[in-house]
Amino acid sequence: MKKWFVVVLIVTLALMLLPWGVLAAPPGQEGKIYTLGPRETLSLIAAREYGNVLAYPAIVYYNNLAAQTNPQLTKITDPNAVKPGDVILLPTADQVKAYLAGERVGPAKGDAPPDDLWGVVTIGPGEPVRIGFAAALSGAGVDVLGLDEKRGAELAVADRPTLAGHPVELVVEDDLCSGEGGTAVANKFVADPTIVAVVGNMCSSSSIPASDIYEKAGYTMVSPSSTAVAFTARGLRSANRVCWSDAIQGPAAAKFVYEKLGIRKVATIHDGSPYGEGLVNAFAEGFKALGGEVVAQEAVSVGDTDMRPVLTKISVTGPELIYFGGFVAEGAFLASQRVDVGIEKVIFMGADGIKADDFIKAAGAAAEGAYASAADLATAGPGVNAFLAKYEATYGEKPPAPFHLHAYDAVNVIMDAIYASAVQGPDGTLWIGREALNRAIRATSGYQGLSGVITCQPNGDCGTGTVAMSKVVNGQWVPAE
Amino acid sequence: MKLLSVVRAGIRNGLIVGAVAVFIVLIGMVQTFAKRYLVSDLTLSTVILVAFGLAAGALAAQQVSRNTTQLGSKVLAAAVSGLITGVMLALLLLVVSQVPLRDVLVNATPEMVAALSFGLPLSGAALLLIGLSVVMAVLAVLYGLLPSRVRRALLEGIMAVTLIGIFWEAIVGLDVSRLVMKFLGVKAGKVLPLPAGLGLLILVSLVTYVWRAHPQSNVTVRRTGEGLRRYVSLVLIAGALIALPFAVGLFWSQTLTTIGLFTLMGLGLNIVVGMAGLLDLGYVAFYAIGAYAMALFSSPASSLHIGLPFWVALPIALLFAAISGILLGIPVLRLRGDYLAIVTLGFGEIIRILALSDVLKPYIGGPQGIMETPSPFFFGIQMNDPRYLYYLILAACLVVVFLSLRLNDSRIGRAWIAVREDEDVAQAMGINLVAAKLMAFAIGASFAGVGGAIFAARQGAIFPMDFTLFVSINVLCLIIIGGIGSIPGVITGAFFLIGLPEVLREVDEYRILAYGAGLVIMMLVRPEGLIPSARRRLELHEAEDQGELAAYTVS
Amino acid sequence: MAVVSREAQVSRAPIVRVSVNRILLWVVGLGVAALVVWRIAGTAARGLYGPDIWIMQTLNGLVQGSMYALVALGYTMVYGILLMINFAHGEIFMIGAMAGYFVLNGFHQSGLLASDPVLALLLTFVVGMGVPPIVGVLLERIAYRPLRRAPRLVPLICAIGASFFLQQAVRLLFGIRTKVYPTVAVLSGSWTVNVGGRDLRIQHMSALIIVITIILMVALYLLVRKTKIGKAMRAVAEDKEAAALMGIDVDWVIMITFAIGSALAGAAGVMWGLWYKQVIHTVGFIPGIKAFTSAVLGGIGNIPGAMMGGLFLGFVEAIAPTALDISTQLKDVISFGLLVIVLIFRPSGILGEVLSGKKA
Repeated sequence: MKKWFVVVLIVTLALMLLPWGVLAAPPGQEGKIYTLGPRETLSLIAAREYGNVLAYPAIVYYNNLAAQTNPQLTKITDPNAVKPGDVILLPTADQVKAYLAGERVGPAKGDAPPDDLWGVVTIGPGEPVRIGFAAALSGAGVDVLGLDEKRGAELAVADRPTLAGHPVELVVEDDLCSGEGGTAVANKFVADPTIVAVVGNMCSSSSIPASDIYEKAGYTMVSPSSTAVAFTARGLRSANRVCWSDAIQGPAAAKFVYEKLGIRKVATIHDGSPYGEGLVNAFAEGFKALGGEVVAQEAVSVGDTDMRPVLTKISVTGPELIYFGGFVAEGAFLASQRVDVGIEKVIFMGADGIKADDFIKAAGAAAEGAYASAADLATAGPGVNAFLAKYEATYGEKPPAPFHLHAYDAVNVIMDAIYASAVQGPDGTLWIGREALNRAIRATSGYQGLSGVITCQPNGDCGTGTVAMSKVVNGQWVPAE
Repeated sequence: MKLLSVVRAGIRNGLIVGAVAVFIVLIGMVQTFAKRYLVSDLTLSTVILVAFGLAAGALAAQQVSRNTTQLGSKVLAAAVSGLITGVMLALLLLVVSQVPLRDVLVNATPEMVAALSFGLPLSGAALLLIGLSVVMAVLAVLYGLLPSRVRRALLEGIMAVTLIGIFWEAIVGLDVSRLVMKFLGVKAGKVLPLPAGLGLLILVSLVTYVWRAHPQSNVTVRRTGEGLRRYVSLVLIAGALIALPFAVGLFWSQTLTTIGLFTLMGLGLNIVVGMAGLLDLGYVAFYAIGAYAMALFSSPASSLHIGLPFWVALPIALLFAAISGILLGIPVLRLRGDYLAIVTLGFGEIIRILALSDVLKPYIGGPQGIMETPSPFFFGIQMNDPRYLYYLILAACLVVVFLSLRLNDSRIGRAWIAVREDEDVAQAMGINLVAAKLMAFAIGASFAGVGGAIFAARQGAIFPMDFTLFVSINVLCLIIIGGIGSIPGVITGAFFLIGLPEVLREVDEYRILAYGAGLVIMMLVRPEGLIPSARRRLELHEAEDQGELAAYTVS
Repeated sequence: MAVVSREAQVSRAPIVRVSVNRILLWVVGLGVAALVVWRIAGTAARGLYGPDIWIMQTLNGLVQGSMYALVALGYTMVYGILLMINFAHGEIFMIGAMAGYFVLNGFHQSGLLASDPVLALLLTFVVGMGVPPIVGVLLERIAYRPLRRAPRLVPLICAIGASFFLQQAVRLLFGIRTKVYPTVAVLSGSWTVNVGGRDLRIQHMSALIIVITIILMVALYLLVRKTKIGKAMRAVAEDKEAAALMGIDVDWVIMITFAIGSALAGAAGVMWGLWYKQVIHTVGFIPGIKAFTSAVLGGIGNIPGAMMGGLFLGFVEAIAPTALDISTQLKDVISFGLLVIVLIFRPSGILGEVLSGKKA
């Protein structure tokens, strides 16, 4: 008798531990249809329905999923831009809970690997889902950007350690930001059939040569920070990025300078990096198109320290603003040495390459009043602050470079796409079709990432298009206006 | 031998090894390797910690043994040495765990404490570190007592296990291993399993032990049937070279192509530096010129919009590189030694900066480089896969090796060597200095130009960033490491300096550190290179002899 | 020393036989000179820049040049004695800058910098000049001493390896982030001078750097010319064997040479940090190359040559992009081009070789 009692007790306890909520309402099955009223936002609804503002990405996710089959629903491409009258699907509380825990609908159940044009990755029971990561982890000047991205990606995996019962593993490789390194790493990943997709590469100069190799092998890449226009302009099917292209940030900055600051004469400087040069050209074209005048176009080199000669040459052309494309070190030299040349009244403006605390530290008082464009944190995900706190707790310092959020998002976009495209066998085996995965990534819409809203265009540009301007006030980056 | 001097030797060695150990811990190696498994559950960080104790013991014992053969003294010195090393590590652990040092020393993190303390409380961990170090130091002495044949056998066994353990994942990932495993129906994990590790240790040790038993018989075997052996080995090598890319898979083929490109450059620089004695630190310039010429003439997206096929653009690239070699050669004809070094370094930088600059951007793309360089077609096969490109590069290497060999024995080759040894005497002997030097620059440059052209075709897109000073330094280092003036040396050097870092790509953080330390150690231990040319070896010995003579006369 | 004597013979004989080539070079040289004059005249004719700008750029170039010169001294002294390029010297400079950062930042946090800035700066220089000699001497002892008799490429490669090693060691120990020197309030001001109706600002810091450089150079000159160790250094540079016969401890002299060179580089490192604020583990690379260029420009092995070469290079870098109206991006093209032109006409640098006449 006693034995039986113990057995019954254990079974009862075990049953209590089962996630009944999930079992009772399998994700994607239920929820209610809702029409947005005036002045209603998704976060308002999330707070009201689920008691959690942070839950609104779950609404987007389930709504967009259902919108694929239900024409009555409005597909959300930007959670910050819903209109009254939009008909959306509100998921159940349990679905929201599962979403916030990192689970997604899928993978589909099946008994056999799916047919896939680009091949299928088979992940046996208990085996890890391996995602490649390529960035420059050594090499002067760029290693700090790479380290920052690596941390972002690592935190993403730490937040979602499992995927449909499989552990997630990040395979980190160093590509040195060179074409040589980019192709070497690409071939290493392509030679390893267990790599599902690649987060990377970091620099356009390694992404572009690498993308040809990935394209040929049918590997999907999601770059967190390759902003060169050419990266997605070559009609590749597998090259994606969650950052914007230079063609977005440059003209947006030009518009801000011309319209908001009312400035008509600017000088531009770039640092000779593909990023800086591309950005400055986009800015200059945008500024000229608006009717402004670019009085000087100069360049420095990465590693230069004495910027007075270039500033002197610029000073006699009488610009009202200096627009700089490049990174923190050279940016800080330029900003601080303006004072020595006597043009401290000329406004200094940069882009996301300089929008870091180190810029203010290095340029000191001369940083005051400097502008920088960057991804709009107002459209950024609600989890940014929690993420930053976690970052500091884990690595003992604030992020030293701008692209940690993008790396975090790139990992998440890939993981969501795996859920949406993979097929899971009865024993837990996961089959991931490479082409299906790529299609799922390109179908990403309205995903609320930390860096902003991610909606993929047909060419693979998924990054947010909203640019926000910041200004240094009292030694802090604050939103401009 | 006095007790005091034994203890002093122990303390001295302990301090040195301890300082190195503290350095290695502080650069974060132990915590990084805490999750890297060598065999089964044995982590690489444990191995490193054990190695500190062994090194402390072995060094102290070796120093003492110069003066005494007493076992007691050796053990004492080793124990003291191990104790000091252990105490230094233990102190480091205590300091890091108690004092917040992270703002200065970035690796002084809780992970470091965890990796050093094996999950024990601090005091226990400190004692364990000291104990481990002392025991290992004494073990190192005891190991020295074994007969040399056993020692050798054990050492080779341990080295084999360590190497295979470290590279296990890479070995398992080879295409040929995958095939074998599929055939056998086994699946390999990411870590060398314990039984396999033990088996390997025993097997290698035994084989070495038995092998060493009959060292003489080997030589006699080799003497019989020399001609046949040679043909057989030639055929085998050729077969291996042909089968290689498909046996090792994509990544290693890619690495092989990189090694091949650097071999091309190494052979070219070997002519300039090794044969003609002109120290060139800007050799990357010719590589860049070859690559840009190829991209300009063959890419439809370049400013020329010609889109010539690879095989037509290749000689053009070669010509461009050779001409630029002569153009560089003319102004530096009168310069020697280190003056030449800095001018060529400047030339390399000038080319890179010009490629990057806004001035030439309309023509060669500036920082955005040149895109869409097509890969070569060979009888209708597009060689856009490193496995095919490997054959192209192999062929180029063979041609260049052949040319180098012929040049070595030719009239101009001898002229170069004469110029290297003494310009004035060479000129007096009727050698045209200008022609000889310009020829060296032109031929050296054209080899690099071919390398650059193939590089452009392999990459598809090239950027100025691909052509930094480090490429020049790499090439120079590889010919010195391999053995300057020696063609097999250059190839070996390329394998070591280009191939090895690729193998180590996963331990990216320590790669360049290891590269630097390796260069220093190599120069200290074997300055003539891995496979020195006969002439060079003789020269070094001559210098040594004369050095000894000088020292003798001075004293 | 078979190696040295062979080369000594080589360099003594002047090469006059390639005369056609030489004429060609003169033509090229004159052409370049004409081009430079034409560009300068063009800039002057446009009158964009007032005298204030030229004075500012000159000062600026002197500050930059002072730091180059101090680093170049280390190259040239080691070369004069050992005939080797100490490629790792730039990293010694970097270590000085790093050591200075940690001390000054410590004082900044403890408040000493605010309460007693002179003492804080003095201590920063003491540490910044004290740590590099330790590294420099260790480097010589471990990596270079065993190679004294090896062919010259061997120590060069060894030095390249040491350079990588030191740079990466600092990176791994202290992290990859840029270290920012705290602002020193007493030095951040400037004097305003009226030049030709326009205000010219001369920063206190630039004056300090030039003054310290002059003091260090005079001290070095006195050391080499007037003291016993200086005499020993010159003797060793002249002929190691003979010096040893005269009872000079050659190893000791070489060690002292490395220590002095490293201390000067350390001082330059601290000044670099104070002037440019940002230091990082790669900060030594470009100044190292530039200082080496300066040493060659002045005539390697020659101490006054290195001083002059450094100041000259700094001056050209600061003023040439403006004067010649060339993009600042091509600054290094100008400096290396200058080097080539100078070496074409004076193959052993501007000041030739005074210190050790018979070495190439």
